[in-house]
Amino acid sequence: MIFFKKYLYGDYGDKESPTGGGAIKSSANEWPLWEIFIRSKQGLDHKHVGSLHAVDAQMAIENARDVYTRRQEGVSIWVVESKYIHASNPDEAESFYEPANDKVYRHPTFYDLPDEIKHM
Amino acid sequence: MSTKNFIYALHLADNALILAQRNAEWTGHGPVLEQDIAITNISLDLLGQGRNFYQYAALLYNDFSDKQKEDVNQFIPRLWMEYHRELQEDDLAFLRDEHQYLNLLITELPKGDWAKTVLRQFFFSAFQFYLYQQLQNNADQQLAAIAAKSIKEVAYHLRWSAEWVIRLGDGTEESNERIKNALADQWMFTGEMFIPEEYELVDVGALKNSWTKKVDDVFSEATLELPKQTWMQTGGKQGKHTENLGYLLAEMQYLQRAYPNATW
Repeated sequence: MIFFKKYLYGDYGDKESPTGGGAIKSSANEWPLWEIFIRSKQGLDHKHVGSLHAVDAQMAIENARDVYTRRQEGVSIWVVESKYIHASNPDEAESFYEPANDKVYRHPTFYDLPDEIKHM
Repeated sequence: MSTKNFIYALHLADNALILAQRNAEWTGHGPVLEQDIAITNISLDLLGQGRNFYQYAALLYNDFSDKQKEDVNQFIPRLWMEYHRELQEDDLAFLRDEHQYLNLLITELPKGDWAKTVLRQFFFSAFQFYLYQQLQNNADQQLAAIAAKSIKEVAYHLRWSAEWVIRLGDGTEESNERIKNALADQWMFTGEMFIPEEYELVDVGALKNSWTKKVDDVFSEATLELPKQTWMQTGGKQGKHTENLGYLLAEMQYLQRAYPNATW
């Protein structure tokens, strides 16, 4: 019985499309796809802004600079090849995320602190 | 300010404008989306540099004495003289005749295929980079300021085009053949950059060593050889152009000449 199957980005396919629901195979002539993350001047984290095609990491960074920082959107670029991004399976969303809905004791605001505690 | 500064500003502006126009021909026709954006970004960068230089040239001209205006009259657009108003950047950019443009011949060469475009960009950006490095220390404050701002853009153009030369040179058989063809076509236009013209405020001859070293470094990674040919085509800096410029200007200037003094 197989417990673990390695899912990769694009494995799920687009369920709404006519041929969706299966893994997307990129053609041999297509350059690899890269996901781009940009951190803005005031930001602390890199945010996902989109994707683009490039031959290698160097070109991906330059393309990201050309495509995603034209309007001063950011000062730092991360690129990751899409095939290395692993995503959770949307079919398992129920078992993954719904159990947390009724567990209010996991939030700090659930607890009343005694008045004597000044610094918490 | 002397008439030399005016003429030199025109030369620098023309280099930028003509190449911007050539690179803009790729709009919507780039080989891949990201490279379409890259080359048109470069075109816009160059256009911005051109604007800065034209604005400065127009400013200088409007403050010239009558004698100075007479000395540079050969570069002034005839059409503008009938407008009876101050000289502006657009007049210089769009209303001059072919022999009044002072751009390097390499900038007016056709865009060709991708290999021709990136190789020409590499040759030109390497030259611009070393030129602006010197120009930002020039006695003319405004030219120095424009160079200091533009050198950041040019550093990126140089990096981008150098990498493409390496990718194509050290790529497939076809890409290697294409870049070799581009090299054969364009090499004779690379000498002009280093032959000093009397209106130039930077010693361009002194830039040749750095330029050649840069080209050599990139070419060795790209498995290309420096051509042995030493004969170089010249004339651009004196207003003597190849057959290409006429067509380029006809397209670029059509609107301004058909609708004189039009505004958006």
